[in-house]
Amino acid sequence: MKPRRTNGSVKKFGVVVFPGSNCDHDAYHALGKVLRQDVRFLWHKDSSLDGVDAVILPGGFSYGDYLRGGAIARVSPIMKEVVSFADAGGIVIGICNGFQILCEAGLLPGSLIRNAGLTFLCRFVHVRVEHTRSAFTSGCREGEVLKLPIAHGEGNYFADAETLAGLERNNQIIFRYCDAGGSLTGEANPNGSLNGIAGIVNERGNVMGMMPHPERATDPVLRETDGAKILLSTISHLVEKTQLTHSTI
Amino acid sequence: MYLAKINVTLRPSILDPQGKAVQHAIASLGMEDVRDIRMGKYIEMKISSDDAEAAGRIADEACRKLLANPVMENFEVTLEEIR
Amino acid sequence: MTTDTVNQPVANLETAQKLGLTPEEFEKIRQALGRDPNYTELSMYSVMWSEHCSYKNSISQIKRLPREGPKLLAGAGEENAGLVDIGDGYAVAFKIESHNHPSAVEPYQGAATGVGGILRDIFTMGARPVAALNSLRFGDPASERTKYLLKGVVKGIGDYGNSFGVPTVAGEVYFDRSYNENPLVNAMAVGIVRHDRVVRAVAKGAGNLVLIVGSSTGRDGIHGATFASEEISEASESKRPSVQVGDPFTEKLLLEATLETIRAGLVEGMQDMGAAGITCSTCEMSAKGESGIEMDLSRVPLRETGMQPFEILLSESQERMLVVVKPENEEAVRKIFDKWDLRCETVGVVTDGKMVNLKWNGADAGSVPPYSLVLGGGAPVYTREISEPAYFQKLRKADLSGVDEPADYGEVLGRMLGSPNICSRNWITTQYDSMVRTNTINDCYLDAAVVRLKETGKVLSMKTDCNGRYVYLNPHRGAMIAVAECARNLVAVGTKPLAVTNCLNFGNPYKPEIYWQFSESIGGMAEACAVLGTPVTGGNVSFYNENPEGAVYPTPVIGMVGEADSPEATMTADFKDAGDLVILLGETHGRIGGSEYLAMIHGKVAGEVPEIDIHIEKRLQDLTLDLIGKRLVKSAHDCSEGGLIVTICECLFGAHRKGNALGVNFGELPDIRPDRYFFGEDQSRMVISASKRDLATIRGLAGASGVAIRLLGEVTGDGMLTAGGLIQERVSDLMGIYEKSLEKFVSGAVTSDGVGRSGTDR
Repeated sequence: MKPRRTNGSVKKFGVVVFPGSNCDHDAYHALGKVLRQDVRFLWHKDSSLDGVDAVILPGGFSYGDYLRGGAIARVSPIMKEVVSFADAGGIVIGICNGFQILCEAGLLPGSLIRNAGLTFLCRFVHVRVEHTRSAFTSGCREGEVLKLPIAHGEGNYFADAETLAGLERNNQIIFRYCDAGGSLTGEANPNGSLNGIAGIVNERGNVMGMMPHPERATDPVLRETDGAKILLSTISHLVEKTQLTHSTI
Repeated sequence: MYLAKINVTLRPSILDPQGKAVQHAIASLGMEDVRDIRMGKYIEMKISSDDAEAAGRIADEACRKLLANPVMENFEVTLEEIR
Repeated sequence: MTTDTVNQPVANLETAQKLGLTPEEFEKIRQALGRDPNYTELSMYSVMWSEHCSYKNSISQIKRLPREGPKLLAGAGEENAGLVDIGDGYAVAFKIESHNHPSAVEPYQGAATGVGGILRDIFTMGARPVAALNSLRFGDPASERTKYLLKGVVKGIGDYGNSFGVPTVAGEVYFDRSYNENPLVNAMAVGIVRHDRVVRAVAKGAGNLVLIVGSSTGRDGIHGATFASEEISEASESKRPSVQVGDPFTEKLLLEATLETIRAGLVEGMQDMGAAGITCSTCEMSAKGESGIEMDLSRVPLRETGMQPFEILLSESQERMLVVVKPENEEAVRKIFDKWDLRCETVGVVTDGKMVNLKWNGADAGSVPPYSLVLGGGAPVYTREISEPAYFQKLRKADLSGVDEPADYGEVLGRMLGSPNICSRNWITTQYDSMVRTNTINDCYLDAAVVRLKETGKVLSMKTDCNGRYVYLNPHRGAMIAVAECARNLVAVGTKPLAVTNCLNFGNPYKPEIYWQFSESIGGMAEACAVLGTPVTGGNVSFYNENPEGAVYPTPVIGMVGEADSPEATMTADFKDAGDLVILLGETHGRIGGSEYLAMIHGKVAGEVPEIDIHIEKRLQDLTLDLIGKRLVKSAHDCSEGGLIVTICECLFGAHRKGNALGVNFGELPDIRPDRYFFGEDQSRMVISASKRDLATIRGLAGASGVAIRLLGEVTGDGMLTAGGLIQERVSDLMGIYEKSLEKFVSGAVTSDGVGRSGTDR
């Protein structure tokens, strides 16, 4: 299947490069070469986001993840800008290590602890789209099952009971691990995440973190393309947002 | 009953990439006076023995056989009597 | 003498012997220097003339391998890795290397630094690593020691490669008691480089600067023997030899910084620091450049205090490079390494002379002619004694007629699929990030990994292979089979084999029986590589792989890289549609000598290894590529360990994993005892599936190529494996055994019954 393209509109994405990021080029390739968006790298020591429409915190092992996943990346100069950008309603996506960084930075609640099986796990999983009212899932169907790869050692989502209840209440959980048929079984949960959480958004809905890698399932050459639905939803949202802004002016 | 408090540390000559990375981050936060961070593990375990010497032997054995990697790590045990 | 102010231990014959040098070698050193060496110099010779650096006991044999080919851009051993043209102005750099002994001592760090070392070999040439592979051998899978080593090695490989950001895409694992206590950990890396950005490991141009970049230097990995001598240290804790610790984060930064300096055209020469550290890179680069180097060791960034010159020179601290740059580029290079938060120190200068001169705190620490230290220069070359071991004739003549036929074929098939040497490697491979860099094509490629190249749109395939049991039973034939099977694997995925790298793991070469195994293996490998047109681009020799019971199986691991024009040109192994025909290309005789069936079910490692005619093999591979190219086949899978029926099961499992619940119904069975037919390991066979309408065309092409063809049966939609009233099993049940078996071994749920019995037959 070829990922569909948005109607020619090009948005500007910034992919942050931390020392140890290693999915930065993958995000760049998926957005730039496959989905034909305007993408640039943002260096961790920079203090400007270069006027981008959306920020991607890519996967990898920032600073080796030697302390805790994302703990050191959080204190880089660029993160101050990312936090201000998010506070102003800017779209921010954290994938894998990027999700960990968003949690460490307090842009998303909870944290990602060691996989229940204690080993690194790289394989395809299924996730269920919990709702389509987010900026990241508008192109999906409610309850749609996406096949996406994971590759992490610390992807076990944890939050206290109150936080968890809040996430459920506010519909902040947008992806849950499921089986191929969309059932939320214990076996389908690869890492022990509470409530099967694979991806969440903040209360305002502009910051999203997910452990699976949509950018790895975007290029049709590699066969699996469900990840493109998430990236394309984001692009559509940005396009609509721009049109909305222009029409109100 | 004894509580064994165990510190497992890398032998001084062994490279500690974790310590190095954390050191770098601390410095970038402006704490320039912090030097030579080396990271280790802290382990607590309860030993049901009334004899301090026996408890010490057990803790020592646990360290040598499992908790510490004798090729690269040192360990230190302190015992505390508990009820 | 040059030792006035450097406090050095005496360097006499006794010291030399402690460092592992022979009296003849000590004399050779004195001749090369025209005087007695000092301790620092003696240390340098001892590491450079070790087997690892000098290949002194193996080079005379290795030279028998075919090392020429039209696409080779660097001669074997000339650079840090082999370099082969792949068109469009790009080349592939690849190499395999062992880290067996460090992994036996500390499996996690040993394996991790093995991966780190081979990755540096690739990017020091200017190539970006695009894939990693590994070839592992462990002892009895039921032993606690094996589980400890397996878990540590797998985690070490995973943690390093995952963090560095290279996909670990393929490899193999075998278990056998011969590897008890001495696991084999061979790591391979593959990289891509533009022709005009290839960097050579050479120091040239008087006045050019020599820089050390990356991590600082500690006492890592300095040979234990050195430390045993009382004169050197007080044997204080901090001075004991240290295990090398891998730092994949620093390696990732080193990769990016290095490639950035190369892209900017700032580098004249570069070599990574692996075995023998600064000594090796300095001597090899200056010898190759026919230059001298003046180096001030006191400018080398150190991690520990009180290090002596010989320690700095021998340290195997990881994640370091030696770089030669023009003086006017020094500042620009430094800026790039600063950007990546890495050390970059100017430690020396290239000279017109022919000597490597070492300073330390203003004093002379040593002076050596580099050519005299290196392989191909003054390093010694030995021809070792050869003697055919007694076991060889005894085992090959073993009478296998007494092997009982199984009463229950379904049960035996289940045990075969659960064999630790056959079952799914999922427990291992899911711990490796196989997809980072988004080039790994996620399809049912069971024989080799397929990686697309964003740069050219083409694909590369890659695989490692070696059945050590075959090589033990018949080294010449076993090595031929290793090459043939590796190439066949690349062909099965629709790619054309390009070239070979090898990692030769053997016992003590001073034992004539071991050297016989080595020499015979090289002969077999040479013959196979020549006929298949896959030259050897380099590799690594690892001797002294022994445990108290004897040597490991001789294990000359073959690593191979192949190519195809596009992802569409490749072929997968899973059966596709009910009604398709299952066809075997190649002949089946029912040979079970040296087979997994004989070892697993009957506890015997004996018999004659299946015959192989490398010319027939070549015809089979050419035919397969032709059929795939014409899209006449819908799947292809190499037939190897476990035989025909295991191969067919794997094709079915591939389909089931895609949700395609197919089965196979065998047609009429030939007049061969069924266990030999199902589980025999005859060589040069490929299982393909095709639409019925294409059978005649396929038969015609096979006939024209002189390759035997046999219709085995039909793909069915019932999810059952059925064979002539002997086997009637649900594929999903068989798959359950296959998928879960390794995990059960690791978790200790299985005992060693029927596994790795070979120890008793040796």
